[in-house]
Amino acid sequence: MRDEPLVLGIETSCDETGVGIVRGHTLLADALASSVDQHARFGGVVPEVASRAHLEALVPTMQRALDEAGVTLADIDAIAVTSGPGLAGALLVGVAAAKGYALAAEKPIYGVNHLAAHVAVDTLEHGPLPEPAVAMLVSGGHSSLLLVDDLTAGVTPLGATIDDAAGEAFDKVARLLGLGFPGGPIIDRAAREGDPASIAFPRGLTAAKDLAAHRFDFSFSGLKTAVARWVESRERAGEPVPVADVSASFQEAVCDVLTAKAIDACRANGVGTLVIGGGVAANSRLRVLAEERAAKHGIAVRVPRPGLCTDNGAMVAALGSHLVRAGVAPSRLDLPADSAMSLTAVSVPG
Amino acid sequence: MLVLALDTATPASTAALVEVTVDGLTGVAERRTVDPRAHGERLAPEIAAVLADAGLRPRDVTAIVAGVGPGPFTGLRVGLATAASMGQALGIPTYAVCSLDALGRAAGPGRVLIATDARRREVYFATYADGERVTGPEVAKPADVAALVRGATGGSLPAGVLVGAEEAGGGTSMAGLVERVAGEGALKYGDVFGVPVEEHLLYPPGAALVALAAERIRAGAPGEALTPLYLRRPDAVEPSARKAVLT
Ligand SMILES: [Zn+2]
Repeated sequence: MRDEPLVLGIETSCDETGVGIVRGHTLLADALASSVDQHARFGGVVPEVASRAHLEALVPTMQRALDEAGVTLADIDAIAVTSGPGLAGALLVGVAAAKGYALAAEKPIYGVNHLAAHVAVDTLEHGPLPEPAVAMLVSGGHSSLLLVDDLTAGVTPLGATIDDAAGEAFDKVARLLGLGFPGGPIIDRAAREGDPASIAFPRGLTAAKDLAAHRFDFSFSGLKTAVARWVESRERAGEPVPVADVSASFQEAVCDVLTAKAIDACRANGVGTLVIGGGVAANSRLRVLAEERAAKHGIAVRVPRPGLCTDNGAMVAALGSHLVRAGVAPSRLDLPADSAMSLTAVSVPG
Repeated sequence: MLVLALDTATPASTAALVEVTVDGLTGVAERRTVDPRAHGERLAPEIAAVLADAGLRPRDVTAIVAGVGPGPFTGLRVGLATAASMGQALGIPTYAVCSLDALGRAAGPGRVLIATDARRREVYFATYADGERVTGPEVAKPADVAALVRGATGGSLPAGVLVGAEEAGGGTSMAGLVERVAGEGALKYGDVFGVPVEEHLLYPPGAALVALAAERIRAGAPGEALTPLYLRRPDAVEPSARKAVLT
């Protein structure tokens, strides 16, 4: 069992209800239900709406995952669940359900860190992760640079956004351009027809004076405001807004900062592997720019396929599988949902 | 038949094991913690504890009864997610009961108002005659509920309250609808209601939860999805037109 444990993972930290099942490094099932459509008209995830949707979706999503993997709960060796960070009420639904499954089926439970799970999922596709590695996690909820020494023990945060998350900036810019929600894929598409060098938008926290205190931190709030100002002055002048050029230039500013800081983090720590995860990892420009810049320094870039970059149950199962194989003690039944869970522990200690 | 009852619709996290026989109920074990923010942490260990108290294992449970509220949403969902997942894992039916009904039933004979804390200075409430629900469940300000039970009509009463009360009373006068009030909302807003408060009956008891589903359990009725009685829509506002950034 230790080498190829059958582990089930439950994810409910934001608007995706995910149940994944892995055996060792092999993905057997990845069932997902999303409440994204219910949030669209609000321009962002509404926590109470997400929590209600999780409760409705959990049992059917679990059933789909079990059917897909062709296993029953009795076959499972351990249950892993996202304990945090994330939306408190949403996390609590997944944690409560995971406890119910673990209790009823008499299985060990692991409360795991969502960010570490984003890193672990890459091993399902690309095999064991060379450690240490640097991970960049970018989504609507997070923008973090992490130093991964040992995925089963602890992860060192190097930097994070000091205001908006990268994905949030995409959502806000898409909204002010009237393009819809979620913004990531829409901006990516619109940018293909535009010139990324047409407008010089600011690169947050890249000036020499900012680098001293925020070398590996991000800031996207100023960029978002700059885009809003630019668009508004066009509108006031009665001129059409070149949506493709604005999209491309905005996207370039985001990707430029993200990749420059990620490569800098790798070099500063003597690390040869960069893992990128989170919904924004699906951005086509981010992938190209990261690979281009990493290649110059002999750094290997690993990006899971888009379906595994966004929140899902497979990533939680993948991390759970690492923990079981490493002989890490399971969490207890009183494990909390911790919306601000720190990375010092990859799982809730038993 | 061994039945597990769960309720997290009030500050209490309750787990109870109750034996349902052909003609009665026997309490086997019950655990309760009162902490409005700890349902997520307390409930599962309580379930493990009642099973251990009884020397039983999860697979000995043959049905689950869950209080589906109304109650503060976050805590309420803990009980329902736990009940639903256990039911699925064990392949046993889950039955939904109104959490206020468990209090109403436990309150016994007479006309009783059950009120629990809905936060935001409101209560979830329902009225009962000899343990059977007469009106509700609804959510309103304690003063409005008090006006209702004193027989006042109109004015500040929410429309739903009036409709429910008139239908139930079969007339326009609600005077003397209740003679006592129970539930933790009664304790918190006791002065407002103007009727005696039953301070010993604050949280839904396990045996009362099971009693509400006993007929269905004995009949082997199919289980059902545990849908929360939210009574309120999510607070969410659609964004207005974007604010100007240029001044
Ligand atoms: Zn995520």
